[in-house]
Amino acid sequence: MRPDLGPATNPTDPLDLRPRRVHEAEGRGRRAFALFQAVRHPGPLVWILPSHIPELPMLRGLPRGVGERLHLFRPVGETDVLWCIEEALRAAPVSLVIAEPEKPLSLTAGRRLQLAAEAGRTTGIMLIRGDAGSNATETRWNCEPMASTAADSTLHRWSLIKNKRGTLGIWTLNWNGTSAAVHMVSEACQRHEPADMAP
Amino acid sequence: MALADARAICPDLATRPADLAREAAALAGLRRWAGRYAPMVATDGVDGLMADISGVPHLFGGESDLRDDLQARLERAGLHASSAIAGTRGAAHALARHGGGIVADGQLAEGIGHLPVTALRVDHDTAEALARVGLARIADLIPLPRAPLARRFGAGLVLRLDQALGAQAEPVAAEPDAPHFGVRMTLPEPIGLQSDVMAGLERLLERLCAKLAQHRMGARRVRLELRRVDRGTAQVEIGLARPMRDPVRIAALFAKGVDEIDSGFGIDGLRLSAPVTEALAPEQIGGQIGGSATIRHEDALADLLSSVGNRIGFDRVLRLLPATSLIPERSFLLAAAAYSAPEPIPHRAGSKRPITLFPPEPVTAASGTPPASFRWRRMRFTTLRATGPERITPEWWFDDPAWRSGLRDYWQIETQEGPRLWLFVTPQATGAQDWFVQGEFA
Repeated sequence: MRPDLGPATNPTDPLDLRPRRVHEAEGRGRRAFALFQAVRHPGPLVWILPSHIPELPMLRGLPRGVGERLHLFRPVGETDVLWCIEEALRAAPVSLVIAEPEKPLSLTAGRRLQLAAEAGRTTGIMLIRGDAGSNATETRWNCEPMASTAADSTLHRWSLIKNKRGTLGIWTLNWNGTSAAVHMVSEACQRHEPADMAP
Repeated sequence: MALADARAICPDLATRPADLAREAAALAGLRRWAGRYAPMVATDGVDGLMADISGVPHLFGGESDLRDDLQARLERAGLHASSAIAGTRGAAHALARHGGGIVADGQLAEGIGHLPVTALRVDHDTAEALARVGLARIADLIPLPRAPLARRFGAGLVLRLDQALGAQAEPVAAEPDAPHFGVRMTLPEPIGLQSDVMAGLERLLERLCAKLAQHRMGARRVRLELRRVDRGTAQVEIGLARPMRDPVRIAALFAKGVDEIDSGFGIDGLRLSAPVTEALAPEQIGGQIGGSATIRHEDALADLLSSVGNRIGFDRVLRLLPATSLIPERSFLLAAAAYSAPEPIPHRAGSKRPITLFPPEPVTAASGTPPASFRWRRMRFTTLRATGPERITPEWWFDDPAWRSGLRDYWQIETQEGPRLWLFVTPQATGAQDWFVQGEFA
């Protein structure tokens, strides 16, 4: 039986993640994408970073209002990483769980995380390497930073390459990494649906 | 005697610095033991104990037998102590520090009269002034008129003299024992089921939490010791992300540890203690229907931090705190979330900072300043735009091995390939100029 996901099943903003599900982001800009989503989720944030990963979030560079809410878990070993993700997803007060699992998630593990996210009403983002995605994910995003010709613009190309309940798309946007405001440079440049959706 | 003089007399003298904390702990232990002689035992200075033995000596066969018993037991424990029994606190204090003995009832003046005036707990200046006018012994002071004595040497001397002679009351003020947060349960029949252990634990937790609430404390660590019938013990210890005394929430954290215990032939004793406690004022506790939503949320978050901390270690559950350094690595602290509160982050003007920071990684094939092209992590990058330099000098008051190469010029490099990187160069370093990547911008 499909769980009742409420009215927010189809978000109006294409960059909103579907709540109470686990999503995936890959590519060089995946951490920026995760922080962009963190700005949009009010409430405590959990970032699960295995202890061998040298890249730490730098407090002064984080978007405004994220640093105070961020909790960093640094478990050792793949089992503990998965356990931490599941425990954090199952906790009701956490609004967004960002995790960097090392190995590709098995279908069982991915499905289990989805169930945990539904139970805890928490959204999750797995930051994965390229082509290491799990089939159980709700959406998968490929995030790449883009060079821009204008001096003060920081362009990102975020393409939705897998979506269980919706269409795919590519967005190029200008987000400077400090606030929730984005400037959409172009709408989806490739059409993935029939031109006339006449009823 | 000064240490130098002592060394001159005995060159092989072995000396050790005094450890005041451990001495005080040993004295506190001795104070607990001395409870076998009197209900009221107080510490007397840093090196003495004072016991009020009114109505006790006949249980030991008289005052001298009591003192012999005390001395013999201390001797057996390897402690050289001297003791005295007298009718007043001041007299006992004086006599114990000058040979010890027993002052018979009603003979205080005779009993301590031969002692020097320094035995009266007067300060050094008063004792010296008394010696200068030829008053060396307590017996010399007793017949003197009080008023001139007080005028000349201060009221403190007269007070101490009166206290020693019993004219002024001075009770033994025994400080209350620190509350002990431990409860135990002995079972008539051994148990082995996990549900039975949890039921016993719940009963113990209720008693422990009631005791904690009475003293307005919250537990930070809770330890459960299980005694098996074959005299073996098993132990489960949990940590809590913040001081807590809610039995239901603490019991939930024990579930995993109790599950792993081997009960052997059965468990016939449980002991629950809170080795680490912190003050916790009475507060609205969540989880009830009346509790507000924010309190419930905070409690649930603390529970998450507790359970994660108990599995991966509390030093791995972190929080970012701002610091006042300009050095990138030290501009924030990674603090254990269980032992710190979130701090507001001051908004700083100035140049942008990257979102991720990592230990510096050298780039290869860098050309020019700033480099027009370089290789990093096996990828070729071409600079599109460079912003900088921002010069950061090392903090000379810290010797940081990573900053031995001198000051650094930081550049924000936007590459043709997309990534926006934080590069720096060390102009003061000897040899070729090296470029390093230390961060990545959003």
